[in-house]
Amino acid sequence: MGAEQHPDDLEALTRKAEAAVAAASELAELDATRVAYLGKKGKLTALLKGLGQLPAEQRPAAGAAINAAKQRLSEHIEERRTELERAELERRLSAERIDVTLPGRGLERGALHPVTRTLERIGTIFAGAGYRSAEGPEVEDDRHNFEALNIPAHHPARAMHDTFYFDATRLLRTHTSPVQIRVMEREGAPIRIIAPGRVYRCDSDLTHTPMFHQVEGLLIDRNVSLADLKSVLHEFLSAFFERAVAIRFRPSYFPFTEPSAEVDVECVICGGGGCRVCKNSGWLEVLGCGMVHPAVFEHAGLDAERWTGYAFGMGVERLAMLRYGVDDLRLFFDNDLRFLGQFR
Amino acid sequence: MRVSEQWLREWVDPGLTTQELASALTMAGLEVDAVEPAAPPLRGVVVGEIVACAPHPAGDHLQICQVDAGGDGPPVEVVCAAPNARLGLCAPLALEGAEIAEGRRVEAATVRGVVSHGMLCSAAELGLGDDHSGLLELPSDLPPGTDLYIALGLEDTVFEIDLTPNRADCLGMIGVAREVAAITEAPLNVQRPPAVGAGCEDRVAVELAAAPDCPHYCGRVIRTINARAETPLWMRERLRRAGIRCVSAVVDITNYVLLEFGQPMHAFDLGRLAPPVVVRRARSGESLTLLGGESVALDEEVLVITDRSGPIAFAGVMGGASTAVSDETRDVFLEAAFFNPATVAGRARRFGLHTDASHRFERGVDFAIARHACERATSLIIEICGGVPGPLQETSELSELPQRAPITLRRERLEGLLGWSLEPATVSAMLKRLGTEPEETPFGWRAQPPSWRFDLAREVDLIEEIARLYGYDAIPEHPLQAPLHVASAPEQQLGSEDLRQTLVERGYFEAITYAFVDPALQQRLDPECPPLSLANPLSSELAVMRTSLWPGLLKAMQHNQHRQHERVRLFEHGCVFRGSLDQLQQPAMLAGACCGPFYPEQWDGSRRGVDFYDLKADLEALIARTGAASEFTFQGARHPALHPGQCARIERAGRPVGWLGTLHPEHAAALELQGQPVLFEIALEALSEAELPAFRPISRYPAIRRDLALVVADTVPAGELLKAAQAAAGSLAVDAVLFDVYRGQGVPEGSKSIAMGLILQDYSRTLRDEDVEQAMRCVVDCLQSAYQASLRGE
Repeated sequence: MGAEQHPDDLEALTRKAEAAVAAASELAELDATRVAYLGKKGKLTALLKGLGQLPAEQRPAAGAAINAAKQRLSEHIEERRTELERAELERRLSAERIDVTLPGRGLERGALHPVTRTLERIGTIFAGAGYRSAEGPEVEDDRHNFEALNIPAHHPARAMHDTFYFDATRLLRTHTSPVQIRVMEREGAPIRIIAPGRVYRCDSDLTHTPMFHQVEGLLIDRNVSLADLKSVLHEFLSAFFERAVAIRFRPSYFPFTEPSAEVDVECVICGGGGCRVCKNSGWLEVLGCGMVHPAVFEHAGLDAERWTGYAFGMGVERLAMLRYGVDDLRLFFDNDLRFLGQFR
Repeated sequence: MRVSEQWLREWVDPGLTTQELASALTMAGLEVDAVEPAAPPLRGVVVGEIVACAPHPAGDHLQICQVDAGGDGPPVEVVCAAPNARLGLCAPLALEGAEIAEGRRVEAATVRGVVSHGMLCSAAELGLGDDHSGLLELPSDLPPGTDLYIALGLEDTVFEIDLTPNRADCLGMIGVAREVAAITEAPLNVQRPPAVGAGCEDRVAVELAAAPDCPHYCGRVIRTINARAETPLWMRERLRRAGIRCVSAVVDITNYVLLEFGQPMHAFDLGRLAPPVVVRRARSGESLTLLGGESVALDEEVLVITDRSGPIAFAGVMGGASTAVSDETRDVFLEAAFFNPATVAGRARRFGLHTDASHRFERGVDFAIARHACERATSLIIEICGGVPGPLQETSELSELPQRAPITLRRERLEGLLGWSLEPATVSAMLKRLGTEPEETPFGWRAQPPSWRFDLAREVDLIEEIARLYGYDAIPEHPLQAPLHVASAPEQQLGSEDLRQTLVERGYFEAITYAFVDPALQQRLDPECPPLSLANPLSSELAVMRTSLWPGLLKAMQHNQHRQHERVRLFEHGCVFRGSLDQLQQPAMLAGACCGPFYPEQWDGSRRGVDFYDLKADLEALIARTGAASEFTFQGARHPALHPGQCARIERAGRPVGWLGTLHPEHAAALELQGQPVLFEIALEALSEAELPAFRPISRYPAIRRDLALVVADTVPAGELLKAAQAAAGSLAVDAVLFDVYRGQGVPEGSKSIAMGLILQDYSRTLRDEDVEQAMRCVVDCLQSAYQASLRGE
């Protein structure tokens, strides 16, 4: 490089540098241009080094001119860098485009069985009214399943329970009512429980399966009345079906309650107008209930004069069928994924 | 109980429509299951009288009948094949265009060249029973041309009442009529049957040798009857509407009286009876051939009617064949007795019998009705079969008749239990309508239950009656007032809901399978645990109680695989039954079964099959919920259901609580299961105890990670190695991760390389290199001496 300085050199060099910056199409190229002109050994930097050979009076002006050129070039390089970076980001973003309509990856959620789902809902509703959940064994003895519930041997009501036996006194519970006795014996009164569970009857056809689920309810306290029972069941059924349903209490017979009633709910399918599900009656039988029979208190060692109470029992499959519109009981125990998958 | 509305209204006729009456019965607790017409909608069927009859020229037992169909027109010509078609017979005639049973239409038809302008009908063809052996014979006094509906009173409805076991009183028309009267306050129009005077003095000696079982026995001899007499059509129709088959006049009459009064009766052929009649318990070794021909071996449990020859009837259940009434019977001995419900209860069932009589006696028959029933049957027999009655014989042990103590009903109790107060006069009136003859007392009432209401014995029984008559719907609802306690929320107990939810989030579907399983499958999967057998299983495939949830889950897996579901992920939560009946455990278990690809089919092509470690991760997720993961271990072990090399026993604090493994390929093949199903089962109790989280301070100093690659024998359990490494590193080791297991090139045969990272950290200072070096030296030394581990590459 010559020691001579000439304004034309600076101008030509600057022009050349500007052209190189404008032509740089990648960051690396731009960087190389910066080094070539502004680096320690860069061409513009070299001009500064050559100032010493100029007469002293020219140096300040020449120096200022070179510095101004460097400053300008530096600014242009930064502008170009921003441009290139933006372009590169654009390129990358465009390259990284994905198909957002492809399904998510990984495991899918499974589902609870509709019976469990229903049991949990029933539990939640009663928990809100202070009922706690109690359990009892599925292989029961005759005393808890029958005797203590005021169903002595040979009682005709036993014929209504087609019982699975193991021997003369041990059996599969035919209802969740034995839990009433177990809780009364264990805890005494007052009591406010529900007892969900599996029960068994020796019966299998279109509308019966040998195993099914019930939820028993029991409340024992002072001065409990049929009017209280009517209220709690009406509120429960309205909560369960999430609408104000009409209900009716029909006198019925269970050896362990008196007065006993069967509870019908206005058909939730047709609204009471009559349909296939309610056999055109407008009503669906969903619950059995009554006031705890004094004989049951006596069997469980509670004073029937001091305490009164109510008990109720409901079939869970029945409620699940009505709630979700399932039309075949047996589907609950086929465990077909096409069925289970509908209750996610 | 099938109740003819027509008949009911003869005895009590409230001003209600059919539907209102049915609804009133239902709302009083006599649930009307069905309201059916007594006959199909017949149209164009009239009474026809055969006025001429000639054989059809083509033979074939056909006859050409001229049938008077009333009016002025000529007789209708009808071709008929019925064997009883004969001159003078009145029978139902379906005219051209008529509609008969099952909507069949009758048109003119040519039968072997002769045009039949209608059809003479059997009972079955009209939907009036199942007799199709011949034409339905109608009384000859019916004018030809009368519409059959009018002639037979078919404009009737049958209520099918589903009676609860406490209402035995309604197993007779009289009971239903009383009930309707009590509900509706309509007057009851029932006449007590008049006494029939004796025409002869014949008696049969009766001895009550088991008075507590049979305290009252009414008998009556009737001589020289015509046992072949036809049961009148009106009675046949009533029996038919009640669902009772016609047999012979005498039997039909006893059945008719049963329907009227609810009193089962029996007629013995007196000519085949060897008095005296003794009512006693049977003796072991005695036997009895029943009416149906079946022979039963008797014992002291069974009450029998005997004569000199031994047992002749199963008391309260069924008569015997030896003294049964037949067409040849001339003299009969009628029986109307009271048998104690406790004596009859369960006896019929024990012999696989269930009769109209046993159904009533075991629920309780009015102990004051036998005499009236006997009078009624006598007059019907004489009217229909003729004969000469002997005197009514009553043998009683009055002290053994049911004692009906008066019941005290307290007003306070009545109102307390119903939650509603009633006018005393209303209550009194209701008690009266129930036939209890109430008496007011300072605190309420005293009521004497009537002889027909066995279900009225204590105060609460009357309270129910009052509620019933008042109407359950009329009792208001009021929400219970109770102290509002705050419920506890135990944090150290995990509910099954939490665990189920965890599995659902991990892609499992919940199954519910029967608790009884196929013994063969049970034996295959859990041969060491003898299952509990049901005495009366529904089928041989549902005969034993499960000892594990696996049989049910594998069956469900099979069901789904058979329906093109390659990928199955199921879990179940339920009890299993282990041990003998006397030492039975019924623990709740949580079990899972998976097969097929781990992921649902998806676009990125990951199709790897589910394996042991996937389910182990699911179990670890469940375990994590307890907050006590360190208490759980998985030990290599053997289980008959599982692959011997892919099977772990799960322990919590050293106590076995479950199993995890791949289904043994032999079982998979036997069950025709595709893929390699993986299973787990764990006691719910082991997962239900949770640790309360206890905060530990977080170190402010940086952690240092050091990785180690060790070569050990293949048999060294990696989990154990990792634990040992962490222990050897001492308190500085806050975590240890296992990030690679390698076998193959570079690693000697029979060995494996395990790569782990140890994370070291102190709570009070930044670790120096020498701290870390020292800890790592301890680890290597310890693993070398305990497991002969060497650093890989050395």
